[in-house]
Amino acid sequence: MLHTVNKSPFQNTSLESCVRFSRPGDVILLIEDGVLAAQAGSAKTPLLEEALQKCQVLALSADLKARALTDLVPGVQITDYNGFVDLVEQNTTHSWL
Amino acid sequence: MAEDIKKIMFTVRKPPHGTIYVYEGLEVKLIMAAYDADISVVFMDDGVFAVKKGQDTKALGIKGFEATYGALVDYEITKVFVDRQSMEERGMTEEDLLVIGEDEDTEEPIKPQVVDSDEIAAMMAEQHNILAF
Repeated sequence: MLHTVNKSPFQNTSLESCVRFSRPGDVILLIEDGVLAAQAGSAKTPLLEEALQKCQVLALSADLKARALTDLVPGVQITDYNGFVDLVEQNTTHSWL
Repeated sequence: MAEDIKKIMFTVRKPPHGTIYVYEGLEVKLIMAAYDADISVVFMDDGVFAVKKGQDTKALGIKGFEATYGALVDYEITKVFVDRQSMEERGMTEEDLLVIGEDEDTEEPIKPQVVDSDEIAAMMAEQHNILAF
């Protein structure tokens, strides 16, 4: 399963629900405002660490760069649009809008 | 052929009436029900408010959709689930849920099934497509 999250975790419970409904081995891809969760040392870092314990967590590079996010929670991997397309091709996707 | 039937899940996470998501989602469900698909619907997060009984939208000047939800079983949409945690966090109980149809034989009202998040996660993993509203 691929889960995409496009909302800020500081404003919306999408990431929280995504983590609750994801299973070991699932992939969580942070896109758009969702990448704000990847910022290291934030109030939402424990939530992202919980996600990293069971899932692979990726963030979209274009959205990270646009928001000047360079100091990421350790374990978060970066992908690009091509990687995004591959993930969608390989998995059933749920968008946590 | 059974193996050709697509498993399609609808997740409803938005509250009703503030935006058109829930209404549009319902329209899509009814359209998809016309095709040979294995449809399931899960209400989670604020989406659980969409299946609270007693919604009266007259003063908002909109039609509302409680009556349409009451016909889901007639459209052969019977796999309708509510996330227990979302429901309980919002002060709702099973008693608060609207009716989605009635049993053909006994005429007993049918309500959405309340399930835990791990059951929902397992169902999500089995789908061909998941549409979020």
